[in-house]
Formats: sequence, structure tokens, C-alpha cells
Amino acid sequence: MSFDIMIRKSLGDCSVDVAFQSDTKLVAIVGQSGVGKTTLLNCIAGLLKPDQGRITIAGTTLFDSELQFDLSPNQRDCGYVFQDSRLFPHKTVEENLRYGASRNGGKGALTLDDAVSLLDIGSLLDRKPSSLSGGETRRVAIGRALLSNPKFLLLDEPLASLDSARAERILRTVERLRDELAIPMLYVSHDEAEVARLTDTAITLD
Amino acid sequence: MIAPLTNAEWEIIALSLKVTSAAVLMALPIAYGLALVLARRRFPGRFLLDALVHLPLVLPPVVTGYVLLILFGRNGPIGGFLERAFGISLTFQWTGAALAAAVMALPLMVRAMRLSIEAVDQRLVEAAHTLGASKWRAFATIILPLSLPGILAGVILGFARSIGEFGATITFVSNIPGETRTLPLAIYTSLQVPGTDVAVARLVVLAVIISLAALILSEWLVRRASGGRTHVL
Repeated sequence: MSFDIMIRKSLGDCSVDVAFQSDTKLVAIVGQSGVGKTTLLNCIAGLLKPDQGRITIAGTTLFDSELQFDLSPNQRDCGYVFQDSRLFPHKTVEENLRYGASRNGGKGALTLDDAVSLLDIGSLLDRKPSSLSGGETRRVAIGRALLSNPKFLLLDEPLASLDSARAERILRTVERLRDELAIPMLYVSHDEAEVARLTDTAITLD
Repeated sequence: MIAPLTNAEWEIIALSLKVTSAAVLMALPIAYGLALVLARRRFPGRFLLDALVHLPLVLPPVVTGYVLLILFGRNGPIGGFLERAFGISLTFQWTGAALAAAVMALPLMVRAMRLSIEAVDQRLVEAAHTLGASKWRAFATIILPLSLPGILAGVILGFARSIGEFGATITFVSNIPGETRTLPLAIYTSLQVPGTDVAVARLVVLAVIISLAALILSEWLVRRASGGRTHVL
């Protein structure tokens, strides 16, 4: 089972109540903005604590309210591509990419060279995040998450605020990741056409 | 024609720099620790700690010096313990002058550092955690470097406050030539003696030069550390 998730969480105006199981490698989370898609991802990454629920991904339980089990975010082996990218501004692109690379003994599916060529970011390595365009920033953020040897990937609107050519490029990259990497992915989007291209398993939040 | 510095003047400058450096070095880790706790932790008694840290800023310096005398004097609870346990005495010593300057500088240093720690984007710390960074590693690689401009600003403010320290110092460790008579105390002493206008003027000029040099150096350091994004002046 890739995903076995049951989460109940209220946070201000937004409340999330979702339960799903899936064996698909890429599961999409769709819904209008404000329905709690990011809240759901934050719960899975361990940045928010669900009021109640259970999170098991790829056979590893990350959270279980009944057992009072709550793995801290740095132990969840999660590759989280934030919607706002969150590259470290004081580090170069290469330092950002290498930040999580020592996790799990540094033995991941990808080497730095693999990720750099997959994402076509070789010319950016010495630059600081402030000098990158939106699409470049997004690609580096994906690379940083991939290189942290994650057991699963969370992608939060990776195409948001990109023009169609750049969005197409990221989408192709996600398709390649889906086909070439053996790790489960949760893909958050509000665009149904985009989701339809990636997977037939979509969970709708409302 | 300006005469070169006399031995006595060199001694005053050297002592002032020694006391000030020791004060800032002593206060730096404590101030950063306090700033970190006040900026990032919520706990009962936080307001009280905040108020306590700020006390030397709002109290008359003479009162601070007097409190230090009560606590760190030979018969004081802390001073007596230091004397018995380690044979350390701070009264009438340059180390006592450094302690007084450190206590007076602490609130300013905490304020500057706290602001820069609060300005560190918590979302970056979260990102570091999702990449496997422990609390300690996230601190060392994200919070510490991103708050560096605030640390430098704190050091500069602390240096400026320490080198000008007068009231707490003279109350706590008196005005002993070569031991606790720093630049401000030396100026004050000269002012008490008639016909020393030139000596006073020379010390005042020295104070201006040292302060300006420190300001220019710090401006350069802060610009370098922050890549030109922040500055002191």
C-alpha cells in the first residue's frame, strides 16, 4: 500500500477531514484554494499535528493518534516541494541541493549529477536563489527534495505562477519522476486537466 | 603641533579596549542565548525574563553598579562564592569593570539579536526539518547564519555601550588608575583637576577617534556579512 491516510484537522477557518488508501504511485489531491490541500501536506510532513488520524506511507507509519505516535518532521524521510519553494537564501543552488543529501547515509536513487541533468539546472549551481526565475526556483526546489533521499514526495502546486512553457517542462519532469523513481508521490493541484495527465487517482477535498 | 600619545594615555586606551573586548565577549553568547529564547520560545515567566534583561537599560547606571556591588562584592552571595570556590575577586579589578560594562551592554545586544532572529523565516526552518535536519542542525545552518547581521549589530551596540560605560563601573569597581580607569573615567578624573584642559581635550579626541573607527569597521563588517543587504549607518 503506497498510501493509507486518515486525517482530521481544524485550523482556524479551514478544516480537513480526509481518508483514503491507494496503491497508485502518484495520487493527486485536488480542490479549490482554501479547502486545506496544503494543510493536508503539512500534516503528512509533520509540520502540523492532526487532531486525529493515522498516516502510513509505503508501509511506514508516520503518525497514529490512537497510539500517540508522532514522528518528528526530520525523521519522516519526506521530500516536500513547497508551493513557495523555500530555497535557503544564504546558500547557493548547489548548497541548497546538497542540504538533505546526507540523509539515509546519502544512498538515494539519484546522484547530484542525475538530478542536475534531469532538471536541467547545471548552469545555476553557483547562483544564489534570489537571482533565479520562478521556473528555475521551482526546479531547484524539486531537485533539493529529490536529493534528500526521500521515501515519498509531496508536491504542492508545482506549476503555480509559471507560464505555460515552463509549466509544461515541470509537468514532463514530474511524469519522468513518476515513471522512473520507485517512490510514492502526492501531487496537489487545483487544475483538473493537469491532474488528468498525471494520474487517474485523484482525491477531491471540499 | 600635536604631541604623541603619552604612556599614561596609551595605558588608558589599552585598558579601555581590554575591558570593552572582554565585556562584549562575555555578553555575546549570553545575549544570543537570551535573544534566541525570547524570540522563539513561549513559556511562563517569559515576560519577567524580558523585563529582567531590560532592567540595566532603564535603571540609573549607579543603581546597576550598586546591585553588582551587593551581588559580586567580597561579602555578596555571588562574589563570596567566587572568592571561596575559585579565589576570583571582581571588586576593584579590571574584570569587574568588564562585568559592569557587559551587564550594561546586554539589553542592547539582546534587542538587536532578537530582532534578527525573529526576522528569520520560520518556513525555512520547517523546510530544513523536512530535509532531515535536526533542531540543532537547523539552528546552525539556517537560524545562526541568517541572524548574523543582528549578531554583528549587537556586538557593535555592545561595544559602543561598553566603551562609554561610566556610572555602573565607578560605583562597582571604583576609579583605579591602570586597573579600572577606562577612557570615560579618565576624562572625568581630569575634569576634576584645574588646568587640565589640554589633557581632557586629548582624551575626548581619542574617544571620538575610537568610536568612529569602531563604527566604520562595523559598517564594513555588516555589509560584508549580509552581502550589502543591511547596514548600520
